[in-house]
Amino acid sequence: MPQAFAAAWRRYNRKGDLTAAILALAPALLVFGLFNIYPLLDTAYLSLFEWDGLSPQRVFVGLQNYRELLSSGVLWNSLRATAYYTFGVITLSIPLGLGVAVLLNSGIRGTAFYRTLYFLPVVTATVAAAVVWTLMLDPGSGLLNVALRRIGITAPSWLRSPTWAMPAVILVGVWKRLGFNMVVYLAGLQGIPREYYEAAEVDGAGRWALLRRITVPLLAPTTALLTVMALIDSFLLFDQVYVMTGGGPAGATDVIGYLLYRHAFRYFNMGTASAIAWIMFAFIAVATLAQWRLTDFGAKAVT
Amino acid sequence: MMHALATRSARGRLARPLTHGLLLTGGFVMLVPFLWMLTTSLKPTRLAFSPPYLLPTTFEWHNYLEAWNAAPFLRFYLNTAIIATGITLGQVLFSSLAAYAFARLHFPGRDLLFLVFLGTMMVPLHVTLIPSYLIVHWLGWIDTYQALIVPRLVSAFGIFLLRQYYLTIPVDLDEAALIDGASRLHVWWRLILPLSQPALATLAIFAFLFAWNDFLWPLVVTNDPNMRTVQLGLAMFQGRYGTRWTLLMAGTVTATLPAVLAFLIGQRRFIQGITTTGLKG
Repeated sequence: MPQAFAAAWRRYNRKGDLTAAILALAPALLVFGLFNIYPLLDTAYLSLFEWDGLSPQRVFVGLQNYRELLSSGVLWNSLRATAYYTFGVITLSIPLGLGVAVLLNSGIRGTAFYRTLYFLPVVTATVAAAVVWTLMLDPGSGLLNVALRRIGITAPSWLRSPTWAMPAVILVGVWKRLGFNMVVYLAGLQGIPREYYEAAEVDGAGRWALLRRITVPLLAPTTALLTVMALIDSFLLFDQVYVMTGGGPAGATDVIGYLLYRHAFRYFNMGTASAIAWIMFAFIAVATLAQWRLTDFGAKAVT
Repeated sequence: MMHALATRSARGRLARPLTHGLLLTGGFVMLVPFLWMLTTSLKPTRLAFSPPYLLPTTFEWHNYLEAWNAAPFLRFYLNTAIIATGITLGQVLFSSLAAYAFARLHFPGRDLLFLVFLGTMMVPLHVTLIPSYLIVHWLGWIDTYQALIVPRLVSAFGIFLLRQYYLTIPVDLDEAALIDGASRLHVWWRLILPLSQPALATLAIFAFLFAWNDFLWPLVVTNDPNMRTVQLGLAMFQGRYGTRWTLLMAGTVTATLPAVLAFLIGQRRFIQGITTTGLKG
């Protein structure tokens, strides 16, 4: 048996490939194994227990954590809040990103300047952005409400209102995402041949018609990709909610990423939190597979 | 035909200022939070809640000193710099090694392993948070730099990005070096690494920005105020000085600046990285 092993080793390691591969992949294997693959499985295991994370006693409860979550209002409230956020960010940041990209692609000067301007929020830390927006949305002295008061509109006290807190969180999400969508759309627009537009212009089509009949349909794959990416990021929403609302008021912004954190590190319900994590994983895995189908990622991965 | 051309150019003359007008208005809206943050940070404290304006008219730089004295921002900076440097170096080096193995070496199970690595992109931090925390706790790494660096030393996105790049480097170069007696890892270090500097720079910018802006993981694995990162420190600062707007905004400007500068310097590569992979880190 050791001889067979040695023979196989020699066969595969002819040019020193196997030794080199083991050395080259060891760090990645260690990190992914320890902090990604093992935790994913361990989360599934932990979701079957009732445990506070500290005591040596874990109580096996089977699927009870899942049953309790699915029958309590908390999980559904979080899924609803997450869906609301996702819907808001997608329906605003995608058309706006496309709009800016189309304007930038019209051959005007200063493209680089505008692109930087719109992209800046993307690289700004979410925590910092959320702190600034919290002040700007302050009902008394915040920029937004002062400006609205001046033109005679009584604005809500955004983050303290169960109705308006989520729109405010969405606003920050849109502000941070628009530039990213714009950059991806710009790349897509550059792939549309000029002749398409020229031919349609000769036929007398106006700008609006060109946008509707050529640009939007030809960019449909890009739009689909951006939608799925926004969907994945929405499921992971945490920083904004932590800083701006703490999940409130009255659970209005208690998105699933925040619910998970609360159960794990505020209430120390590791079992329930792990069950939430697996419910999240199910959604995200499906969305990620969709994302890979939409890019040539899958094809690239196996060539 | 002449008529059509004439109207089109007339429309073009009108459209140009209109386009600039729209883009400038939108760009201004995007910029407002930055202006507000800067202006508020430079106001006298007694005017913090006065009617807001967007361009600074006063320059109370001592607000920054006060903010830096109210919380150990210098320490937060140092921590974040150490962590971001460690993560960036690690991701560049270890992702490159792994990418090299997948692009150049022949070993059994290579394609399957590559798919498994890519699969880890499907598993976000939230999902692995609890066991990862327990491992760090078990290792006694709570409140240490290792806890903040080690789990982020390799990036599946980086491996994918670099592997694509390595596939474009002609194999003939490797073969020549191998015939001259270089080992496989020697080829990586002497040939592939220097040739892939543009891709490595792209990955480095992604890694740095990610590390600088990260929040949830540092929140979970640190308790000691001296181990806080800039973003974590800022969130805690907001909790304590939430009503002292001038100080809070001075702290926020401080927390934002390095990432914005890093982006402005490396923006071409960063944006290329997004558009060529259709993904982000």
